[in-house]
Amino acid sequence: MEITGAQALLESLKKEGVDIIFGYPGGSVLPIYDALYNEKGIRHILVRHEQGAAHAADGYARSTGKVGVCLATSGPGATNLVTGIATASMDSIPIVAITGQVGTAYIGRDSFQEADITGITMPITKHNYLVKTVEELPMIIKEAFHIARTGRPGPVLIDIPKDIQFKKIDFKYPDKIELASYKPTYEGHPRQISHAAKAISVAKKPLIYAGGGVIISGASKELFELATKGNIPVTTTLLGKGAFPETHPLALGMLGMHGTVYANYSVQECDLLIAIGARFDDRVTGHIEKFAPNARIIHIDIDPAEIGKNVRVTIPIVGDVKKVLSKLVSQVQAKDGDAAWIGQINEWKNKYPLSYKKNDTIKPQYVVEQIYEATKGDAIIVTEVGQNQMWAAQYYKFTKPRTMLSSGGLGTMGYGLPAAVGAQFGNPDKTVVDIAGDGSIQMNIQELTTAVNNKLPIKICVLNNGYLGMVRQWQEILHGRRYSQTDIANNPDLVRVAEAYGAKALRVIKIDDVRKALDEAMAVNDRPTLIDFAVAREENVFPFVPAGQAINEMIVD
Amino acid sequence: MKHTIAVIVNNRPGVLSRVSNLFSRRAFNIESLAVGPTQDESVSRITLVAKGDDAVLEQIIKQLYKLIDVIRVYDLPAASSVERELSLIKVAANAANRSEIMQVVDIFRGRIVNVSEDSMIIELTGDEGKITGIERLLAKFGIKELVRTGKVAISRGGGEG
Repeated sequence: MEITGAQALLESLKKEGVDIIFGYPGGSVLPIYDALYNEKGIRHILVRHEQGAAHAADGYARSTGKVGVCLATSGPGATNLVTGIATASMDSIPIVAITGQVGTAYIGRDSFQEADITGITMPITKHNYLVKTVEELPMIIKEAFHIARTGRPGPVLIDIPKDIQFKKIDFKYPDKIELASYKPTYEGHPRQISHAAKAISVAKKPLIYAGGGVIISGASKELFELATKGNIPVTTTLLGKGAFPETHPLALGMLGMHGTVYANYSVQECDLLIAIGARFDDRVTGHIEKFAPNARIIHIDIDPAEIGKNVRVTIPIVGDVKKVLSKLVSQVQAKDGDAAWIGQINEWKNKYPLSYKKNDTIKPQYVVEQIYEATKGDAIIVTEVGQNQMWAAQYYKFTKPRTMLSSGGLGTMGYGLPAAVGAQFGNPDKTVVDIAGDGSIQMNIQELTTAVNNKLPIKICVLNNGYLGMVRQWQEILHGRRYSQTDIANNPDLVRVAEAYGAKALRVIKIDDVRKALDEAMAVNDRPTLIDFAVAREENVFPFVPAGQAINEMIVD
Repeated sequence: MKHTIAVIVNNRPGVLSRVSNLFSRRAFNIESLAVGPTQDESVSRITLVAKGDDAVLEQIIKQLYKLIDVIRVYDLPAASSVERELSLIKVAANAANRSEIMQVVDIFRGRIVNVSEDSMIIELTGDEGKITGIERLLAKFGIKELVRTGKVAISRGGGEG
């Protein structure tokens, strides 16, 4: 059957199981939008800024495990995707970004709305393509989805010149792909796995450090088995939140710069650190030479380049976390755990719990605790970036994978609202909460329109302190309270802004009204609700390890 | 420490920029880079000389393998591989010193490929040390222009690489 390149694109997407894409039209994607006009099998969600489309695809992918798809026109449309693509790249999120390009005859002539988007996105994609002929389009799409979702996932961009979208093709979707140069390793080496099992059996003070790879691999069950069988405490990274239930006695919460005291002390004291799907990021390790000084390190990761990148590893295992863990669990002996070690950790837990000083102001930590209560711990929590993100990570107890969506690696302010849009589309029956700051929320606030138009009942909880809070905190502690350009108390009235967009909006200025407002928001199911919480202005995120310090050198209040 | 690395890549547009982009993005130092076709027209071979300790070399190789278009990467230690570079040197020359220059070229087993009234072009193939050696000896005559291809290398014996 002869169809156009644009139609072939949509047919190919459907073959890959895509039923929703987030996008914004423009000159170089007109043929694709024309094909979408009659398309029944794919729902197109019109965002209000291409960056929103990329983050929505990301939020959809993180919350469902499926590949998220976004679509934008050439030039500025494509460059507006860049931050979203980089965000997905840093956190290993499978998205496929499709961009229109000027016609092949116009490429290289600085044509209107021309940008070399494959060149621009080379360092922030797992792979990218500039389509040269319509004949290669179906195979490129098949490869793109395969590359995005397999191995260590990541974003793939496909740039399609406009003339190719018009060209006719005798469409047939390929059954298989030949990618001789791309063969991820899934099975861990059996000898390495048995070494790891032995190391675990002789360790007195073992500790699991679980990252986002556990969630990507779908290995929460195997992680739980390993931890409970060997009685091994578990600390997670920001992206690992939800990989292990934080309500469990073995859970230590997050480690690193804003980690719990007991997690960081445990890292510094352990004699065996089992890193699973984690990459020893500087926000986790602090001063790298002083990280886990007494520990042998087992590192399980699907990406061989992560092994030995930041720390020297005793037992590296390259493979899919789920496959490796299931083998490892069967070889690890059931143990009660070393009483002294578990006792020591429990003592730290009692002595240095996460805490904040309560008074009659609304503390942001209290708001997060109340969000946890109001959602019964069963929401998908999306965060922006900064203090709001850290308080969300510290005070919401995550128990299930794919319920904590946050820009960890890139730290993208403005991620939360559009990602929440994507997550709500992927999970129509779940409560989706965006925990935001007054700075971040304004970076993509236009996506309120997308949420309103699609009747998405997202709860946007703005912890409004009138500051770019995390930067202000650094200025307070490290720059002598010189609050350079971080006071944003001259914000617009967010309640009126939200109402103008058609959202429900509430302002909370009294501590007694926090829960009431949340309950009111939870009852709304036909539109987003923004709650503007006037929180204590100069509250800090503690514990805090200043950059470059060892992670047990914490400022706790 | 210098490492010579051969990278076998799909012969596709943009592959060279993917490789060079990776080096700048990861802050690896490249000393030279040479690219050309191989016995298989679907693949090209990039020969890189990079600086760094063994841990850096390991990261370079692993990061290269993450590029979808990279098929194989070979580390080529000098002791077990043949390394060559080609250099063209335009040196100032006149009737008085021409024969002295020719002697130097002879000793290095180079060739004179062009002569004009006031200059000569010398072609020299060899390893890095040899090329640096002739450069030093020719310097006193006045090197007007010099171009080097960057190193290419292949492993000794019948094995791959």
